[in-house]
Amino acid sequence: MEAYKLTVHEAADLIKKKRVTSYELTQAVLNRIEQVEQDVKAFITLTDSSALEEAQNTDALINQDENISDIAGIPFGLEDNICTAGIKTTCASKMLENFVPQYEAAVSGKLRESKGILLGKLNMDEFSLGVATETSYFHKSRNPWDINRDIGSFCGGAAASVAADEVFYSLAADTGGSLRRSAALCGVVGLKPSYGMVSRYGVILSASSLAQVGVIAKDVRDCAIILKAISGHDVRDPMTVQTNFNDGMTADEPGIKGMRIGIPREYLDSYMDEHVAEAVRNALKVFEDLGATIEEISLPGVVYAPAAYSIILSAEASSNLGRYDGIKFGYKAEGLQDLDEMYKKSRSQGFGDQVKLRIMLGNHVLSADNYERYYLKALKTRTIIKQEFEKAFEKYDIIISPTCAATGSKSNQNDDESLNAFLTDIYTAPASVIGLPAMSIPCGFDNNGFPIGIQLIGRSFEEGTLLKAALGFEQNTDYHIKRPVINWR
Amino acid sequence: MKYEVVIGLEVHAELSTKSKAFCSCSTTFGADPNTQCCPVCIGMPGVLPIMNKKALEYTIRAGLALNCSIAKHTKWDRKNYFYPDLPRACQISQYDMPVCQKGYLDIVADEKAKRIGINRIHLEEDAGKLLHDPYMDHTLVDLNRSGVPLIEIVTEPDLRSAEEAKVFLENLRTILQYIDVSDCKMQEGSLRCDVNVSVRPEGQEEFGERTEMKNLNSFRAVYRAIEYEASRQISILEEGGKILRETRRWDDGLGRSFAMRTKEQAQDYRYFPEPDLPPVEIDDEWVEMIRKDIPELPAQKQKRFVEEFGLPEYDAEILTTSIDLARFFEKCVEIYQNPKTVSNWLMGDFLRLVNERNIEISDVPVSPENLASLLRLIDSNVISGSIAKTVFEDMFDTGRDPETIVEQKGLKQISDKDELVQIIRKVIEDNPKSVEDYKKGKKKAMGFLVGQTMKATKGRANPQLVNTILLEELDK
Ligand SMILES: [Zn+2]
Repeated sequence: MEAYKLTVHEAADLIKKKRVTSYELTQAVLNRIEQVEQDVKAFITLTDSSALEEAQNTDALINQDENISDIAGIPFGLEDNICTAGIKTTCASKMLENFVPQYEAAVSGKLRESKGILLGKLNMDEFSLGVATETSYFHKSRNPWDINRDIGSFCGGAAASVAADEVFYSLAADTGGSLRRSAALCGVVGLKPSYGMVSRYGVILSASSLAQVGVIAKDVRDCAIILKAISGHDVRDPMTVQTNFNDGMTADEPGIKGMRIGIPREYLDSYMDEHVAEAVRNALKVFEDLGATIEEISLPGVVYAPAAYSIILSAEASSNLGRYDGIKFGYKAEGLQDLDEMYKKSRSQGFGDQVKLRIMLGNHVLSADNYERYYLKALKTRTIIKQEFEKAFEKYDIIISPTCAATGSKSNQNDDESLNAFLTDIYTAPASVIGLPAMSIPCGFDNNGFPIGIQLIGRSFEEGTLLKAALGFEQNTDYHIKRPVINWR
Repeated sequence: MKYEVVIGLEVHAELSTKSKAFCSCSTTFGADPNTQCCPVCIGMPGVLPIMNKKALEYTIRAGLALNCSIAKHTKWDRKNYFYPDLPRACQISQYDMPVCQKGYLDIVADEKAKRIGINRIHLEEDAGKLLHDPYMDHTLVDLNRSGVPLIEIVTEPDLRSAEEAKVFLENLRTILQYIDVSDCKMQEGSLRCDVNVSVRPEGQEEFGERTEMKNLNSFRAVYRAIEYEASRQISILEEGGKILRETRRWDDGLGRSFAMRTKEQAQDYRYFPEPDLPPVEIDDEWVEMIRKDIPELPAQKQKRFVEEFGLPEYDAEILTTSIDLARFFEKCVEIYQNPKTVSNWLMGDFLRLVNERNIEISDVPVSPENLASLLRLIDSNVISGSIAKTVFEDMFDTGRDPETIVEQKGLKQISDKDELVQIIRKVIEDNPKSVEDYKKGKKKAMGFLVGQTMKATKGRANPQLVNTILLEELDK
């Protein structure tokens, strides 16, 4: 088998047995990138030469010392909003086209201290505002399952790179479901941890109270390994908490047997593609066969989650994006007469339309006249949704939904992705709005062969339960094994 | 018609914590531009604020000293606006849940005791500073001050005259200095004040429309701005006009204020809860610990100075108006046991020079030890009282100790009888007319001859000896 196809745990095993070197792994994915990247376009910046150098250094360490981390020497990618000291971090925006931070994000620091090999920075929507890299200033990233079909399915660079075997895993921010959604569309595993599980230090986020850094990986076990590596309390992010993280991977623990799974009626009633509906039904059957009890539940608040999400996102984004004023760093317009013009021109020229839309919406919902009508109402909605989920979690261990209402092959049926995304928000936004852990795992394919994902939502800081359920499902299905065939030119 | 002036103050005091409110940068004043900054306080993307617990502690301490109730739960809010000195285009402040609420401060103004309500005290971060470069026609930004913790103290509209406002501010400054939360130096901008003024016909309950004056940077400016604004409003009303709710800028040089913006033009700051900082719980135990830590406040100290040192009320009041002056006095009387003499010097030459040189008491280079030495030089007849004044002025300007000054300038008192006899004989010889007058019984002539002797010795002659010798010589 080609080395680039390995999972993290397989690669780690081979490294420890000295059957493969970090250099070989890095070279293998770089070759793979050489082959497919011109079609996939997952990266904004490649750090290939420093990656090979780091790999050699890591091999030297491995030769001296048996006691290395599970991720040492294994190449990964980072979404381009995760700051890397000395390496451009653009947020896919003209505004930060040449921004080189002097500081390293906590998550990136952890991976690099564990001798992970950074391969580059991955494409995203401009400042995470938008869906499916369509608002990236640089280019769109193609869903690897769509390479030869020309359907026009786009997705986050973090998911595309993992699905195309360009990296072994990647980290990306999930604001309202972008990570889970992209993972589902690309047939890989995506996990958004509980709010406070992973440090946000050094990650450029548009929505402080919604976004968490999560993992995109080829299988559940990899996902657990990487989550373990990046999570934990960080004094630089006051929202992080100290938890006893149990990755749910121990074999002697009880698996799915006895788990109580709820499926909200509101989700079953909402629009979803027939293939998605069928795949979810089949998945529920798998869980049931493995000993879980499945019951229909009601969470009336979830239908309001997309609206609450949109208001909170816009409000926080309008404020967080205020710092880009042409004065200190980032894009500055030319031929300026005065201060007012500097603000107006730099921001008009430096931001894309979707970002401007969010800023205007945010200013609107926060203005003195509208605050109560929109922003305050969104906060109240947040509280109601939280109470509903808390109540549900008194009885159920996991709540299940589709990750997306449709697959990547349906992309062309809507003029723009935003409708599909809006339909998807009802599934993914609640966990973002109230900070619950949620993951998407592959659960089938549609008639065009595009992957379908199922979403598992768990109690706060109980990622272990999600991972355990996901692992049980994965061990009894083979959806995660199939990779897209990219018939590169 | 008689009018009543109604005044409310918003006082901003920079806290004297070592590090900034939400990062660990130093707050020291006067460093080179942009040398006390980090990614957090210059607004780099991705980095996060971390609350400085000390700043919160200082805020609580200020609240307790001003008789406020302290919130059990509080939170941070963002105030959004664009300005080049505000690197994130938003300021971390507190909107609807301030740390301290409902306090008061008792003052005595125009010989009347009065209780001035404190509406709230909240904690926020300061902005940077703009520097205008006249050569390059550029404006430069210095972010050293960005993120320095600041408390905003908002009074109730309880003040009724410029004098009351001035006294309130003086008392407030004294208290903040006593509890060591702010150095309150107006010149360095660590104490700033906005003033709300309205007028109403005497006897009317309802408040008149108010105007706000921004960033007045001395107590004198506050006083003058209130006087000006009150009379401006009164003359508008008397001419049948209406007061506009507006923000005005005070020009201290011209002694006038100018409209900046009206209510309609007022900024919408789009406040919302700060999503990067968790809400804060303040437990009672901590508040009690802070309360126990509050030192003796001005009123208590004044009382003790009277009782312990036997000072007149007036002396005790003056000495306790500044913590630095009070501390100077206390240290000095520890090593020099005549409190009234120390008090006289502090209230006299010391404060005179502070005013003349226009410096802060804490910046005076004279140490209590040096003042004590000076007083001992007088007591032991090494120098005369009048020479001591010259020596003190030198000490005040240079920080040198009195012994060195006396030595170097040759100011030692001449108490050598033979030397003085020689000088006095010469004076008598040179002034035959005065000697004659004296002998005729004109006592004034004696004074003239003493003066001439002092002149000849540049004031160094021991005055008692001069008198004795002169009498002896004249009576010969
Ligand atoms: Zn700083």
